[in-house]
Amino acid sequence: MPKLTIDGKEIEVANGLTVLQACELAGAEIPRFCYHERLSVAGNCRMCLVEMERAPKPIASCAMPVGEGMVIKTDTDLVKKARKGVMEFLLINHPLDCPICDQGGECDLQDQAMAFGLDHGRYKENKRAVKEKYMGPLIKTIMTRCIQCTRCVRFSTEVAGIEEVGLLHRGEKVEITTLEKAVNSELSGNLVDVCPVGALTSKPYAFNARPWELKKVNSIDVMDALGSNIRIDVRGREVLRVLPRIHEDVNEEWITDKTRYITDGLKRQRLDRPYVRVDGKLRAASWDEAFAVIKDKITGLKGTEIAALAGDLCDAESMLALKDLMANLGSENIDCRQDGAKLDASSRADYLFNSSIAGIEEADAVLIVGSNPRWEAALINTRLRKRFLTGALKVGVIGEAVDLTYDYDYLGAGPDTLKEVAEGKNAFAKVLEGAKKPMIILGMGALARKDGAGVFALAKKISKKFDLVHEGWNGFNVLHTAASRVAALDLGFVPGKKGLDVEATLAAAEKGKIKAVYLLGADELDVSKLKDAFVIYQGHHGDKGASVADVILPGAAYTEKNGTYVNTEGRVQLGRLAAFPPGEAREDWTIIRALSEQVGEALPYDNLGQLRQRLIEVNPVFAAVDQIGQSDWNDKASDKGEISSDPFVLAIENFYMTDPISRSSETMSACTAQFVLGKEQGATGTNG
Amino acid sequence: MQMLEDKDRIFTNLYGQNDWGIKGAKKRGIWDNTHALVALGREEIVNRMKDSGLRGRGGAGFPAGIKWSFMPKEDQSRPSYLVVNADESEPGSCKDREIMRNDPHRLIEGCLIAGFAMGAHTAYIYIRGEYYLESTRLETAVEEARAAGLLGKDACGSGWAFDVHVHRGAGAYICGEETALLESLEGKKGQPRLKPPFPAACGLYGCPTTVTNVETVAVSPTILRRGADWWKQFGRENNTGTKIFSISGHVNRPCNVEEAMSIPLRELIEKHAGGVRGGWDNLLAVIPGGSSVPMLPKHVCDTMTMDFDALREAGSGLGTAAVIVMDKSTDVIEAICRLSHFYQHESCGQCTPCREGTGWMFRLMQRMVRGEADVDEIDMLWDVTKQVEGHTICALGDAAAWPIQGLIRNFRPEMEKRIEAYKQARRAAE
Repeated sequence: MPKLTIDGKEIEVANGLTVLQACELAGAEIPRFCYHERLSVAGNCRMCLVEMERAPKPIASCAMPVGEGMVIKTDTDLVKKARKGVMEFLLINHPLDCPICDQGGECDLQDQAMAFGLDHGRYKENKRAVKEKYMGPLIKTIMTRCIQCTRCVRFSTEVAGIEEVGLLHRGEKVEITTLEKAVNSELSGNLVDVCPVGALTSKPYAFNARPWELKKVNSIDVMDALGSNIRIDVRGREVLRVLPRIHEDVNEEWITDKTRYITDGLKRQRLDRPYVRVDGKLRAASWDEAFAVIKDKITGLKGTEIAALAGDLCDAESMLALKDLMANLGSENIDCRQDGAKLDASSRADYLFNSSIAGIEEADAVLIVGSNPRWEAALINTRLRKRFLTGALKVGVIGEAVDLTYDYDYLGAGPDTLKEVAEGKNAFAKVLEGAKKPMIILGMGALARKDGAGVFALAKKISKKFDLVHEGWNGFNVLHTAASRVAALDLGFVPGKKGLDVEATLAAAEKGKIKAVYLLGADELDVSKLKDAFVIYQGHHGDKGASVADVILPGAAYTEKNGTYVNTEGRVQLGRLAAFPPGEAREDWTIIRALSEQVGEALPYDNLGQLRQRLIEVNPVFAAVDQIGQSDWNDKASDKGEISSDPFVLAIENFYMTDPISRSSETMSACTAQFVLGKEQGATGTNG
Repeated sequence: MQMLEDKDRIFTNLYGQNDWGIKGAKKRGIWDNTHALVALGREEIVNRMKDSGLRGRGGAGFPAGIKWSFMPKEDQSRPSYLVVNADESEPGSCKDREIMRNDPHRLIEGCLIAGFAMGAHTAYIYIRGEYYLESTRLETAVEEARAAGLLGKDACGSGWAFDVHVHRGAGAYICGEETALLESLEGKKGQPRLKPPFPAACGLYGCPTTVTNVETVAVSPTILRRGADWWKQFGRENNTGTKIFSISGHVNRPCNVEEAMSIPLRELIEKHAGGVRGGWDNLLAVIPGGSSVPMLPKHVCDTMTMDFDALREAGSGLGTAAVIVMDKSTDVIEAICRLSHFYQHESCGQCTPCREGTGWMFRLMQRMVRGEADVDEIDMLWDVTKQVEGHTICALGDAAAWPIQGLIRNFRPEMEKRIEAYKQARRAAE
């Protein structure tokens, strides 16, 4: 632990820190542009210069490792002059168009120019102008504002794992460019965040708002099962943008493009009032009318004739309320596994990403089965890449061969290869055998199929054989794609002993044995089978579910309610209401509570606090927010049925459209056209 | 001072009158009993180099023996590399070219000795892309040496495996900076690296590396053969030995010449270059060490001694010892403006002060040439050079700032006169 003196203050810091970090610990603020905690050190902006005793020149503190006995000064005239000088150089070719720049108000250059710069300019020559670059539908470029800090280049190559962003030319003529290609990464929006100036800004958000007009609400994302920590910026009732919040164990400080650019989807296709189907057509109705129709239809039905299905974006509270209501109505036909994943809710460790997301950074071998983590949970893929780059991680893939941004051994396409590994016949078995902390990642592509239970049993066999689970390490991981799934399993939102699962429910509805179906935001189903049943759809978007509904109850999207979510690793997190639901839409649990009263089965909670008490009663993991909670491991796996030889098919066909919100988003459809369908558009650099 | 005698000259084929190939080289004593030099052992070679006081010939003048001693003694995990910097691009310098063109074997033999002293089995010679003839000769010479067993698994019968590779650059001045050179050699964009870590700890491909100038490497076998005492009799304390001076500009016979260190500037120019055009009194200024160092006005040149320390004291530097002579016909402001253009063009663009500062300085200098400026702006120009100097990743920022500082220090009245003349012309026109 080296000791150093910073501005006369002695401080002892950990080895391997840089002088800049030590200065921060000592309470001395160091201005910087190119330095970013999560990227490699470039040392090129020269803003962080400080004085070091016995050094002939000021040193770049971001690049200098701490040493014993260093004497650093950050407030001398020399340092101030150096900062002023660098600031002046940065500004001479900067357009100073802050009034029309979207970064205004949250611009590092603006802030630091105020704090450390000169009060006037001395540069009288012509300023440099740089042509705009085309970077795709998400990123707007005004390259004249660029200060060449290369954060975007480093983010792309290091974190996102794409090589499309680079620095061309030299001297004054250097330019950041993608060579007129869209930045093909599901993390590209983070470029906007890492850019310290207004060179890269959000295209969909362009000229929408100033940061000081926005109300900022900390919440949780539901676009995948990762539960990224986000900040929702709203003005009035409108969600204007979504930004990442730092959570080291979940999303670090990144979010995916779907999380970030979904906001326009929240404004379109919304269900803002109840509807009732009359003569085959949906007609706007009042809440009372809607409830009356439901009461009328389900009174007299037997419990076995009613079913409820929960969708992918539901919060835990509404699912529990629905579960309780169904229990009161005497129905065991409830299910949350829309995709038919063969997951067992009885043992928590059987459906969690047990090694935890941060735990990936300790793993030394990983077998990915039937999953494309890059699309299913992009930030888990980022962690895998981060670990891979240290050279300590060996990756094997069974399933579809996709570009994961890191090298892997492709083992095979289907369960047969998995069997080979389980029997030790595959070369990758040696890797797993030799690894200290091996992992298996089971995607929904491996579990959401007829022989899912067999595949699951095989994976358990592998985890036993190769000691994936041992003292201090659990490498058995299920990677979910639905944000609601783990909470639903924790609450036991699965069929009771005689209950029907999703597939059986749909089949029974087709045969007329199920007469009423309650869809809680469930859209990823073959809804054509529900034609003959009485369908109640509660949700926020007019999507597949609403199209067959007989009664529509307008609910709230994730930005419009206080809800509890559990991510794929089992972490309980709270989403918060940022804007109120539109029109007559209500928070989801209150709708179910109100309905319960109407049908004479009143639920015993009148406010969110009471409902959350009930959550904890059902499963104590909900008591500890931001904790993963207890999950005991067992080796048991019943060998169920035949395993087919059909190759694994990935759960997500199109990263940009996976749920009702993203399907309603224009931005996401532009991304789909660009990146999934491969229609390069508008690549001229001037229209954008 | 007596002229350096031919018998004491190291580069006996500097002018290319003799055969540059291996036969001619051997006649000149190159490759003579080289294995005996290797047999001295690593430490002894480094000690003798330290004893000789040889300072690096690339410009910075760092003691060669000390630099070589920075290489790790025992490191089984990583190979060590010797990288010879032959990217001679400094305006005014042309000494390495003559060595490689006319005496390539002297460099290759030096590579073996220096490489062995660093524990390196591989040397890369990074040669300036424009030096096409030189690179072909070097490559031929390497082939010859390999064929003769002077390089290879058992170089010169010394038991030391050693090989040399020639790599051509693509014409970027910045690739002469040692870490940018390494980047370029690795196949990346030639941009200087941050230091620390220094190349001796983490250089080419992350392995211990020493980057050293052609001339430094080429003179080392001779120093070992003839002894440090022979070497030290030339020059003065701390500035020992002989040095190739490249004299260009307004002299009667521009030339490269090997001379003893610490030779008076006037003597150097008059004895070897036929004197200043129009006589010594027609001298305006001299840039004594390549374009990067500040110029010296005539009155300083009168008594100047050409070595590292004397020139540093005078506020300039020996650099690569490329003496650029300017007589009174020179528009000295335009001359420096041209150098500013060079640095603006060659800046790699990585770090802010150099990227933005070189352009600003060049544009200001352009106005200074025309006189289209305020007198205050001379102070501002000075200020800008000070804001660049010492704030950059590599020394290119300093190199861009110094010539302008030299100009302002020595020729400020000239600049003010130009500004006044422009103003008068404007007034007259109005």
